[in-house]
Amino acid sequence: MSALLHVENVSKSFGGVQALRDCSLDVEKGSITGLIGPNGSGKTTLFNVITGYVKPDSGTVTFADKTITNARPNHVFALGVGRTFQLTRIFARISVLENMLVATQRDDSWLRGLTRSMSSKVEVANAMEWLSFVGISQLADLPAGALSFGQRKLLELAYVLVADPDVILLDEPAGGVNLTLINSIAEKIKALNENGKTFLIVEHNMEFVMGLCARVTVMHQGTALVSGSPDEVRSNALVLDAYLGGDDESEYA
Amino acid sequence: MGNFLSRLSLKNLLRLARKNLWWLLPLVGLALFPIFESNPSYQTIGFYTLIFMACSTSWNMFSGYSGYIALGSAAFFGTGAYTMALLSIHWNMAPGAAMFWLVPLGGLVAVVVAIPIGWVALRVRRHTFVVITIAIFFVFQLFAINMSFTGGTAGLNLPFISWNASYYDVPFYYVALGIVLFATLLSASVRRSRFGLQLLAIRDDEDRALGLGVKVAAVKLTGFAMSAFAIGMCGALFAMFQGQIYPQFVFDPLFDISIALMAFFGGLGTVAGPLLGGLILESAQQYLTVTFSNDSLYLILLGSLFLLVIMFMPQGIIVYFRDRYSKKVDRDRAALSISNLALNDGAS
Repeated sequence: MSALLHVENVSKSFGGVQALRDCSLDVEKGSITGLIGPNGSGKTTLFNVITGYVKPDSGTVTFADKTITNARPNHVFALGVGRTFQLTRIFARISVLENMLVATQRDDSWLRGLTRSMSSKVEVANAMEWLSFVGISQLADLPAGALSFGQRKLLELAYVLVADPDVILLDEPAGGVNLTLINSIAEKIKALNENGKTFLIVEHNMEFVMGLCARVTVMHQGTALVSGSPDEVRSNALVLDAYLGGDDESEYA
Repeated sequence: MGNFLSRLSLKNLLRLARKNLWWLLPLVGLALFPIFESNPSYQTIGFYTLIFMACSTSWNMFSGYSGYIALGSAAFFGTGAYTMALLSIHWNMAPGAAMFWLVPLGGLVAVVVAIPIGWVALRVRRHTFVVITIAIFFVFQLFAINMSFTGGTAGLNLPFISWNASYYDVPFYYVALGIVLFATLLSASVRRSRFGLQLLAIRDDEDRALGLGVKVAAVKLTGFAMSAFAIGMCGALFAMFQGQIYPQFVFDPLFDISIALMAFFGGLGTVAGPLLGGLILESAQQYLTVTFSNDSLYLILLGSLFLLVIMFMPQGIIVYFRDRYSKKVDRDRAALSISNLALNDGAS
């Protein structure tokens, strides 16, 4: 089985800071892959490279056997890679439903946007369906800026889903939301995964990651350190070093 | 293309007309104005007011929706004006109504000019974009002053139209009203299109929009170029109306600020806002100038008007009243649902 999303030897530095160093990663089709690592280990930069927001210095990214290394974000999205942001980003001054409609077209030409109305009945119905799926359909007419942080997370998930991407990159879906909502988000991800969606999830909440992901990759200082099942990763000495500080290892060994 | 036209004009026109019949009232009012007001100096005020309403509406169609505040649109106004002047002179046109045909041409030339400007300026955002557009505007003004084909500071004299002074303004007034209608319809259609939604998304978070498949560069450039069209037409009409043009008058930095302020005043990013802002500010300015021109009282009055609106309605008149209305509707709805609840309780 070849990987749906394949990152090979990607490096990226910002000035003197090397954010990614020969980082490689595979996301199998139909899997939920976790991406963990200490703060500053390059998880979000890797997301930015995959989705086209940041151009890597070297290395390649392939999605469904197509090279997307230097593709623009809109092109990556059109091919079927959706993502959410760590700090949720929604369109605050338009309504929740309009937020959904922005993402509806995946690869319409820009001229088509001029000649068509904002939405069709089918698109609105589809958008409302996804809003009910995440549980905020009753807020559809509100300006998105009026939503709470948790609701914004749900909206961001919903408007990525509305374009029906094949793989979805979630940057800390459980960050800053309450336990009930975390569980509900985990259930939604499971349900979507059973319907064939592939996920790559960055998360600091270990319970969330270990419960959800069949495979976890640990990043440290810009490199993918270890990949394996949650149990393998949990007991790996390198991972413990990365999280707890490997420099002191010899002193206590 | 047929689809494009039918959506932009007929379909939306009919839908708008049916939904918002109150639009007819100001439209009829504006259409009847020169009939009931036969004083040419007031008709001239009406003409200028319409020009500014059209330009502000067209400006708002890009800058208001996308949040890219362009302060160089006088470059398009001047381009339209010089198109009218140069073509009517070089083609030896007979002075008169035939020159109105150059008005849309002035708009087209402005669009052609806007494309490379937008291509450069739209690479930067926010404050940098504002500064770049101002800089590009001054490049145009300097061109007009220093090139020989523009007549330099002496300007250009258009073919002299010898219509009777008592009705000279009237045809110009109605052509300007036509441009206002056109700009408003275009702005309203854009607001209701997927394209307009993309502009609004760019205003709120451009990078996020890009990551959701919006081709932001193409969308921005298209919007920017489209907004130049009506402004260029107004410039052409203005040149024909004046009969002579100078670089400083048609490439006027105050024009840039005026149309932006009118949109802010009425409600940035709304369809009706710039219309209302243009109507109030330009007519008030012209009227006050005529009435109180001896001392600088008119400036004080105009400034006070502006301060009042900014103090009490910082988002503009239209947004202020719309919010009040929607809050009232929300209150009514809440009251209704409570009373329904009470009724149901009583019944059970």
